[in-house]
Amino acid sequence: MPETATAVREITFGEAIKEAIAEEMRRDPKVVLMGEDVAEAGTTFGVLKGLVDEFGKDRIIDTPISEAGFTGIGVGAAMTGLRPIVDIMFGDFLTIIMDQVANQAAKIHYMSGGHWRVPLVIRATMGATRRSAAQHSQSLHAWPSHIPGLKVVVPSTPYDAKGLFKSAIRDDNPVVIFEHKISYKKVKGPVPEEEYVIPLGVADVKRTGRDLTIIALSSMVQVALGAAKMLEEVGISAEVVDPRTTWPLDEKTLIESVKKTSRCIVMDEGYARYGVAAELAAVVAQGAFYNLDAPVSRLCAMHVPIPFSPSLEDVTVPNERQVVDLALKLCGRS
Amino acid sequence: MSVTAKTKADAAGIGGGIGADRLLHMYRQMVAIRLFEERVNDLYTRALMPGLAHLYIGEEAIAVGVCEALTRQDYITSTHRGHGHCLAKGASPDRMFAELLGKEAGYCKGKGGSMHIADPETGNLGANAIVGGSAGIATGAAFSSKYLKTGHVAVCFFGEGALGQGLLYEELNLAQLWKLPVIFVCENNGYNEYTHFSESTAGDVSARADAFGMANETLDGQNVREVYTVASNYIERARKGDGPAFLQCKTYRYHGHHVGDISRAYYRPKAEEQEWVTQRDPITLHGEWLMANGVVDRAALDFVQETLIKEMDAAVEFAVGSPYPDPDKVDQDIYA
Repeated sequence: MPETATAVREITFGEAIKEAIAEEMRRDPKVVLMGEDVAEAGTTFGVLKGLVDEFGKDRIIDTPISEAGFTGIGVGAAMTGLRPIVDIMFGDFLTIIMDQVANQAAKIHYMSGGHWRVPLVIRATMGATRRSAAQHSQSLHAWPSHIPGLKVVVPSTPYDAKGLFKSAIRDDNPVVIFEHKISYKKVKGPVPEEEYVIPLGVADVKRTGRDLTIIALSSMVQVALGAAKMLEEVGISAEVVDPRTTWPLDEKTLIESVKKTSRCIVMDEGYARYGVAAELAAVVAQGAFYNLDAPVSRLCAMHVPIPFSPSLEDVTVPNERQVVDLALKLCGRS
Repeated sequence: MSVTAKTKADAAGIGGGIGADRLLHMYRQMVAIRLFEERVNDLYTRALMPGLAHLYIGEEAIAVGVCEALTRQDYITSTHRGHGHCLAKGASPDRMFAELLGKEAGYCKGKGGSMHIADPETGNLGANAIVGGSAGIATGAAFSSKYLKTGHVAVCFFGEGALGQGLLYEELNLAQLWKLPVIFVCENNGYNEYTHFSESTAGDVSARADAFGMANETLDGQNVREVYTVASNYIERARKGDGPAFLQCKTYRYHGHHVGDISRAYYRPKAEEQEWVTQRDPITLHGEWLMANGVVDRAALDFVQETLIKEMDAAVEFAVGSPYPDPDKVDQDIYA
């Protein structure tokens, strides 16, 4: 976050995304957005409300409920001169579009010997605690992160969301962006009026510290920052690092932080098993091995289908207390 | 039943309106594909070609008839059985063979192979090894054409095996809903790999297009003049903004699903194969028509063949003699 002399206005995570799309659509007539109820409704979450008034229905395009179908159109349109943004209402529907994402979009550049390009953005949501149960609550960002040829953005703040989204639209490769749906209205933050972009593949240190690094993504960044405050009260100084993109991955910043602090917790709202946190933990375990004073540890969603009942769902997502307990243990204080 | 007026294809009379140059060029293109594929078969059985080889022999009239009606800038998507589409759209045999052999000089620098030949120069968006997987790409190219007002048409080639895939129906719906300039060309060769399509396909094929209100026609895929004439009508109709079409071309795959599929008696009778090869060969039929209608004589057709044999042999020689890509290039071209 750049320091500015004047107070920077604060907007929500959802508003930041809408601004990013609007600015890029003004800048480049080849940017179009398509998805279910994206026009007048401005998506189920209302995030894009008003865009259709400025850009019209030729550019903010309502589709049938046909995720694989319109994602496929996005791939073909991206190859032939447009910069489409495909809106996947719930990240859970990644399952439906996976052939277009993993077998088509991701591989076309390579399979064609670098001749065709696929400048496509797929925006999807992630995150539990909306009482939406097992098919509308998952955080599946590990899936595209596994595939060469894709880039994956998982922003945590309005500032990051806007700057990264703009870069994603300008990128000549397929980029999947996971927006945390709870953050749309709940997370507010400073976003300058002036234009800026954030390059993909640059981590951000959200809080500096000495004793422990918490690597966190998306919604978990807020949880990590909350836990860091609690830890400060007991004399443990936690650094919070947000990779912001799972690929490209800024391994250097993560490793340097852990080398400095000697302890690391990796937090993610996706599953731990074979997940993003597993990869990040492996990166720092290898890169900072000789500086480690404790095992690199993960704190992720419970390995269960996301349940419906609030009393069940709430325990599946990591919370500040769990971070603090784990941090105390790693620091030999429990 | 089509929802729009059909171009009544009359096998006897059709072709009268096609110029002699084009009639002969279509013959040439079909022979080129046949000779290309015969050499693929040879290279494969001599273990010079890695991977899989799915031959297009027997189906040449479809790729040629359709692509002859397209401009160089128009788009196609192709299939695992795609060599014919790529050649008909204008690919060079030497770079095609090089790709099939995994050589650096190939269309995809050896990274795609037989099932992924792609070439922006000829509007070839790529062959696709996921059955039905390119329906979205073709429809997306048509979406771009409409949005950018380029006037290009996209053709999606697919086999009847793709009729079992859901994506195809999503694209038929979207293409018709948005009146996109895309032509869905179903090459019905009768067999989903080793299974007769009647065992895998409920209902009528053209009824699928009818259900979306999409213009459609079923035609003789062995008659290149019929394919060209019908495809031209629908391609120009799409180019004018009147929407997509679905063409079912009845054809036959002379060889197996792939080169190694030699013992086929358990899934289709030899007599059936012989009937198509001897009675319905698209090259023989067109050659005879050209001679019977005084377009060319036998000597001219022989000359076409002899010239192409030399060209194809030279292309094979080029590919066989070309170097493999340097292993250092394995991680290039992943990202643009």
